[in-house]
Amino acid sequence: MTTGDSVLRTEAVCKNFGSLQVARDVSISLPRGARHALIGPNGAGKTTLINLITGQTKPDSGRILLHDEDVTAVATAGRVRRGLTRTFQINTLFPALTPIEAVTLAVAERKQQAGQFWRSLTDHKETVEESFETLQQLGLGNVATSETRTLAYGQQRLLEIALALATKPKVLLLDEPAAGVPKDESAMLFEVVAALPDDISVLFIEHDMNIVFKFATRIIVLVSGGVLLEAEPEVVRSDPRVREVYLGNAHHG
Amino acid sequence: MSAEHTQIERRSTAVQQPLEWLKGQSRWSVFELLFWVAALIPFFFFPTYLTLFSQIAIAALFAISVDLILGYAGIVTLGHAMFFGLGAYVAGLLSAKLGWGEPITGLMISGAFAGLVGFLVSFLIVRVQHLALIMVTLGLGLLTYELANSMSWLTGGTDGLLGVKTWDILGYFRFDLWGYTAYGYSLAALLIGFLASRRIVNSSFGLALRGIRENTARMPVIGSEYRWHLQKIYTISAVIAGIAGAMLTQTTNFVTLEVLSFQRSADVVVMLILGGTGRLYGAILGALIFLLMRDQLAGINPQYWYFWIGLLLMVVVLFMPKGILGRLSDLVRRFGR
Amino acid sequence: MIGNIAIVLFDGFAFGMLLFVLSVGLSVTLGLMNFINLAHGAFGMIGGYVTVLAMRQFGVPFLLTLPAAFLIAALVSVFFERTLFRRLYRAGELNQVLFTIGLVFVATAVATYFFGTGQQPIVLPSWLRGSVEIAGLRLGVYRIFLIAIALVIVALVYFGLEQTRMGAQIRASVDNQRVAQGLGLDVERIFAVTFALGSGLAGLGGALAIEIVGLDPSFGFHFLVYVLIVVAVGGLGSVAGSFVGAALLGIGDVAGKYFVPEIGSFLIYLLLVGILLVRPLGLFGKR
Repeated sequence: MTTGDSVLRTEAVCKNFGSLQVARDVSISLPRGARHALIGPNGAGKTTLINLITGQTKPDSGRILLHDEDVTAVATAGRVRRGLTRTFQINTLFPALTPIEAVTLAVAERKQQAGQFWRSLTDHKETVEESFETLQQLGLGNVATSETRTLAYGQQRLLEIALALATKPKVLLLDEPAAGVPKDESAMLFEVVAALPDDISVLFIEHDMNIVFKFATRIIVLVSGGVLLEAEPEVVRSDPRVREVYLGNAHHG
Repeated sequence: MSAEHTQIERRSTAVQQPLEWLKGQSRWSVFELLFWVAALIPFFFFPTYLTLFSQIAIAALFAISVDLILGYAGIVTLGHAMFFGLGAYVAGLLSAKLGWGEPITGLMISGAFAGLVGFLVSFLIVRVQHLALIMVTLGLGLLTYELANSMSWLTGGTDGLLGVKTWDILGYFRFDLWGYTAYGYSLAALLIGFLASRRIVNSSFGLALRGIRENTARMPVIGSEYRWHLQKIYTISAVIAGIAGAMLTQTTNFVTLEVLSFQRSADVVVMLILGGTGRLYGAILGALIFLLMRDQLAGINPQYWYFWIGLLLMVVVLFMPKGILGRLSDLVRRFGR
Repeated sequence: MIGNIAIVLFDGFAFGMLLFVLSVGLSVTLGLMNFINLAHGAFGMIGGYVTVLAMRQFGVPFLLTLPAAFLIAALVSVFFERTLFRRLYRAGELNQVLFTIGLVFVATAVATYFFGTGQQPIVLPSWLRGSVEIAGLRLGVYRIFLIAIALVIVALVYFGLEQTRMGAQIRASVDNQRVAQGLGLDVERIFAVTFALGSGLAGLGGALAIEIVGLDPSFGFHFLVYVLIVVAVGGLGSVAGSFVGAALLGIGDVAGKYFVPEIGSFLIYLLLVGILLVRPLGLFGKR
């Protein structure tokens, strides 16, 4: 612990797509147990930043540190194994698998059991049980054995989170977890997020300002690939620049 | 106290339920047992067709090997005859050039060799997707064919490899003219290969393969080094394909370049599609339908056999995307309730 | 020796141009709809048989059969496209591959039924036969004719894609189908037209190929491998890629068979695998 209690840190991360700058010297830091929101107008580079942190996109320059370890050169799977994972804005699930299968797969990967082709899946009893507990925790217990494609949309959003939780993350990046979910249900989804154990640091992207102000302890404002401001919700709420670039012309003013 | 008790109880049955459900997914059904019993019928009722049924069992084993990578892991291949042919030639060369005709060690050596090549090739396979993947598998298959063709001093080239002699199995069962031993031998190998594959697809590894097929992009995000999974199953598949090829050599005492041909690579995929991918019995049923049809139709007019298979293929792709077996099981499910 | 190399280069280039005519249509349709049409070679075969029939049964001169080969292959293909192929645009690549292989099987059997398994030779007009001597090299007249036709087609395809309204629409659809659709382009119609034109070119290629490689019912399968190599190596949707890929393959094939007949084909496939491993999207592929 050389730099306080930060679990995840980015240092001057830059990324260009052609002539378009999608990340400009982004340096952010997530402390242990954080509930940070990442906001910004469309095209600000929020999802790209998550892709950069998880390694699905390679930065042009800058570093990404997880528990003070430089993981910039580590592939996505390796970062997940070190405790950094994410969910997707658009459902990225396994349509023909049932939730219990999908989550069991994620748990088995974490426990290094997924390569064992000589043992029956059901011999890994604890793995299956742990998966079912995760599903129950998210209220998916009763659909655990239905094919994912038959699940209601809101349930699929929850399964996104369940898959991420199955990797036992220390850092969880949620890319619009409630995207496409009706307003009343999205509050419920965030109750789930708020109820996550304290040792998980969460960074979430969300457009609904009511939800952001309700659940975030700190807000990072991203504009044109650069951090405009990082502060407590009250500060962000009253910052004139934020009002101008974001709240002023966005949908939820 | 009692409320707490029932709560614990409810929880434990609930935990039990998905585990039971998963077990049910891999449990042996009556149909399966019936199928394997039925596989013995040719011994008693169709003794004149034993050679054909031996070919079917070998083709079914080959189709299972392709199903593991294509049906379960989603790797499309048009060049898997490469491993079938390698196994066939290794078994043939062992006997013809080295004088070693013991069948069971022959199978093992052939499978191991095909597996070794499969492992090396797997490094290339995981680098490409889509059309490039199809073309690379096709290219590797054609390349192996041409290699065997140009090494005619070793392989016998287009004339075929002569002088293969397979010893009695376990020093006791002699390969007879009728094919009793050949079919028994092929059937036993098919059963063992099937049991091994069944265990693989019902393991956590098999689940990982289905995950790759369903959504490759998600795999790294749940911490999976999925390329390694793909290389593993590709190697296993090559071993099984190699064993199937070696069986063909041992039951016919002859190897021709045809074992490496594109036609064989295409035929096996056709069998799989007919039967249904992603289900091991689909591979077996596909091989059965394909070879029985070929035997009957080619008997009437060999030139037009591909007309029917082509037509059947088009119909299956358009109207039975899960294959004939998938269609059957859907029907059974619908009328069974 | 230098003369040999020059002749091999020339023959190889001529063969490559034939491959270009056969495959450019598939490259464009693959880039447009991501539909893997393995029956492309079968449309080429149709063109070949149209020419054979027209010349033999109706005494039509060779040159006049070429437009007919183009038209009939185009018409047949658009019929299949509208009735069958379109159902598979959203299906996986495996289903597309198998369905079109099934079609090739059927086409092969039908051709066998009507024409038998034998080769179908044609008699070229006398002015296309023999060879001329240019700079001390004896060059086949038919091959010069082939190169000329291919270059005209390259020019037409380029002009068509770059200068016409339809061409602009096709390019827009290849670049980004959804955006094109959003702009109000009728992508389905564009694809049907492109498909017809591409298959027509295959038909023309089939007719032109008779003199070089012969024509029998296995044509659809035999040339499939060559056509796929051109498309995969050149890169989907790239006309320039198809041109370079076809020229390379043609020259490589002829040179390989001439200089190292033992391992000529082997080297071709090795090259194919090697190129795809380094550049999975082909030499000119963008996506």
